[in-house]
Amino acid sequence: MLSLMIVDDSNIIRRKIERCNDTDKFRVVAAAANGIDAIELFKQTRPQVVTMDLTMPEMDGIACIQQLIALDAGLRILVISALSDKATGIDALKKGARGFLCKPFTDDQLLEALTELTED
Amino acid sequence: MSQETLQVFIDGVVRYFHHTNDKDVKVGTPYLVENNNPAAYDVTGIIGISGPYRGCVYFTAPRILLKHLLLSIGELDTSNEHIFDLVGEVANTISGNARSRFGHEFMISVPVMIEGAPNQIHLPAQMRSYVIPVYWKAYHAAVVICLEQ
Repeated sequence: MLSLMIVDDSNIIRRKIERCNDTDKFRVVAAAANGIDAIELFKQTRPQVVTMDLTMPEMDGIACIQQLIALDAGLRILVISALSDKATGIDALKKGARGFLCKPFTDDQLLEALTELTED
Repeated sequence: MSQETLQVFIDGVVRYFHHTNDKDVKVGTPYLVENNNPAAYDVTGIIGISGPYRGCVYFTAPRILLKHLLLSIGELDTSNEHIFDLVGEVANTISGNARSRFGHEFMISVPVMIEGAPNQIHLPAQMRSYVIPVYWKAYHAAVVICLEQ
């Protein structure tokens, strides 16, 4: 079972991702509403997988990805964002994310994206 | 504003509702309004736009629609906190998806959510806005586009 941290400024999206991952594949160990809280929670819980929103207050997702990858180069990060342009996706991947899922998403799309992420 | 630009947001609305458990959404013919009389229902999520396009995009809906929408995405807690969260998330999703057409320079803010009177929505007086009517279940909502290039 892989440990998972959810980062999104929307509580309903955090809860949706948590519900989708109510399986024996993932165990949610932390949830954060912005990049600053995510960094602190990462240091405390050391999750193996992170889902990351991009547009957030305090610290956005791209800055957060850079800091998380500096702490753990092997971290598997799935970006889940409404920002659907190619440049944003490519930028996130260059910063260290390993996958990109566009909002809105279905439960099946999320599970498929997380499965691909962890099978690399 | 061109028909093509409006279509980007119409597609975004339809895409959002197609990801719920009740996909039967209809979009009405967009119309222009003066900015001194902005369209608004009970709760509104506003996204500020900057870059080559400037202005705002907002999604406004009655509370009852948002309660049913929460249930339709599997969220059983229909508290006020979640209603506000949802209206902001819908506005964010529609605006963010527009970047597939307008590119990464179409900068969007985090959502600001407000409740109640339309006079709390301050739009540039010299501009006009397009209202895209949204019909879902028995409810009416709207996406409002106030952009200049």
